[in-house]
Amino acid sequence: MAERPSILARTWSTPVILIAILAVLALAAYFAGSNPFNQTIIEIFIRVVLVVGLYVFIGNSGVISFGHIGFTCLGAYMTAWLTMLPAIKKSKLKGLPDIILNNKLDYGWGLLAATIFAGVAAYVFGKVLMRLSGIAASIATFAMMAVIIQVYSNWDSVTGAQSSVVGIPIVRTVWPYFACAVAVVLVAYAHSISRSGLALRAARDEATAAAASGVDIPRERLIAFVISGAIMGLGGALFAHSVGVVTPDTFYLGLTFITLSMLVVGGMNSLSGAVLGVVVLSIIIQLLRWLEKGVDLGGATLSLPLGVQEIAIGVVMIAILMYRPSGLTRNRELVWPSKRLSGGTKASAPADGKTA
Amino acid sequence: MTALLQILFDALSLGSLYALGALGIALIFGVMRLVNFAHGDYISFCVFAMLWPSIDAAAIVFAGKLPTYLLVPLILLIGAGLSVLSEIVVFRRFRNANPATMMIASFALGFVIKYFLLMLYSSRPKSIDLWSNLSQQVEIMGARIPPLQVITIVVTIAILLALTAFLKRTRFGLEMRAAAENFTMARMLGVRANMVIMMAFAVSGMLAAAIGLILVTQTGTVDINMGANLMLVAFVATVIGGLGSLPGAVIAGYLIGAATVLMQVVLPPDARPFRDAFVYGAVIVMLIWRPNGLFSSKATKQRV
Repeated sequence: MAERPSILARTWSTPVILIAILAVLALAAYFAGSNPFNQTIIEIFIRVVLVVGLYVFIGNSGVISFGHIGFTCLGAYMTAWLTMLPAIKKSKLKGLPDIILNNKLDYGWGLLAATIFAGVAAYVFGKVLMRLSGIAASIATFAMMAVIIQVYSNWDSVTGAQSSVVGIPIVRTVWPYFACAVAVVLVAYAHSISRSGLALRAARDEATAAAASGVDIPRERLIAFVISGAIMGLGGALFAHSVGVVTPDTFYLGLTFITLSMLVVGGMNSLSGAVLGVVVLSIIIQLLRWLEKGVDLGGATLSLPLGVQEIAIGVVMIAILMYRPSGLTRNRELVWPSKRLSGGTKASAPADGKTA
Repeated sequence: MTALLQILFDALSLGSLYALGALGIALIFGVMRLVNFAHGDYISFCVFAMLWPSIDAAAIVFAGKLPTYLLVPLILLIGAGLSVLSEIVVFRRFRNANPATMMIASFALGFVIKYFLLMLYSSRPKSIDLWSNLSQQVEIMGARIPPLQVITIVVTIAILLALTAFLKRTRFGLEMRAAAENFTMARMLGVRANMVIMMAFAVSGMLAAAIGLILVTQTGTVDINMGANLMLVAFVATVIGGLGSLPGAVIAGYLIGAATVLMQVVLPPDARPFRDAFVYGAVIVMLIWRPNGLFSSKATKQRV
């Protein structure tokens, strides 16, 4: 009997290619040096973190979650609490515990705390929610997000309610964001080829058979939910440090829509799809923003009305779902072109378009 | 006693809105397994149809000036038209797709409609004066109740009765119920699939339009997000009622309305701002207790 090559040996090129793509973006930002461009690349890295976070749960389990942005909200506020100047906190967020109120941590600790906090929250919610599946699970995640957002937009003394929390230290260099995006891609990849990740994907494609083969579906789902929740929290913290302002409204349907559409456009069931979806849609968004601002065409200024950006994304998303439901990557991973047709390419490619 | 009456009317009128919304979503789910996220945006669209497109802060009332007997049918027609149009342009191509794909597609369609409105009307809320005398309170048995609440409740009951008659007594209704039970089988027995689905979308769109009319009279403002919040609750009601079950959707709509009003009364003042969080929390508990809803239809049960 021939020895079975390990899945790592067959698929290691995927994370390498994805990280290379991210590195190209980071270097472009570094050498361009202009501020708006830098900010755009930072935005892309944050979206990579968020969309890969979504992929870890949605892609591997096949359960559509509309609620993950709730964890992003948790992460963003956590880092805001920890890293803001004590003076600002004392005037705006009086209800915080004294130890938080009187201290100020470095943003690195803020990111770490946000990740852990969101992960713990995901564990608590997931412990209950992962017993559901299909549409009931989707709606329940929605309800979960509604609970989180409602609490954060009304708890005046701790979150400032609807008003925005300002004064979060802003990090302008691209490298921390790049590092987080790379780390998240590696974690997601490691999870998807781990025993738990493979079991979860088996359960996604053939739930009955997987359960019969001894896969504990709620447990595997919970593991993915916690990892993805933690990643979403990290994404939220990065977001907070990139703009310096957070409000609960930022983390609601709008952001859910953008991140989910990036995942769908790229291909829900593959890590490469998550990353490529972000890159492709971000380029489209950037072009449209540029057009909304107005372009000078031989004297006449052409500008698109506000809202065209979202309409275009919606139309792209519907078109992709119609004509290519498995996304741009067809749910396959990017791999190094290999001459051995039998081995590499098929390894991590699940069946097309099958979810839930 | 008076306080109780007041609570009862509040609960019934809020529940009516939720029930109408849930019904619109459940109807479509019944015939094509589509959870229609765009439903809330149909509501906004119908309301905005009363205004002339402009991005000024002041609303230019256009169709809203028509006399009531013309305005109501017109708005209902717009709702039905938009809904059927979305079926023909978008959802028809997803007939054989899995429910998750359809759900995401409808999510995207909702955003397209919403930002289309934003493009034409800007995102600022506008005020509009439509039958505002209905919101002035009158005394009924000691409780102060706006006539609009009574009208909402009566209209909802009338709609429910009419819909029941339509589903039970007409040929279309029979075909629709057959399609909801087992779509493939119904088709084989000669039910015209496209007709039935388009009919369901038309009825659902009209329900959305009715909600829009009630909402705008109640609040006197027009806002591109006005449909979304109600849609979320209606959605939850459909799931709690058991996806695809029409009576379930209606009952769950009223239950959530009652729960919301009760929480407002029962919760201590400090916790009142978190009312909605409690309601959604209750929804999660409910789903854990009965994942298939209170009145689950056979078609939605999952094997694992």
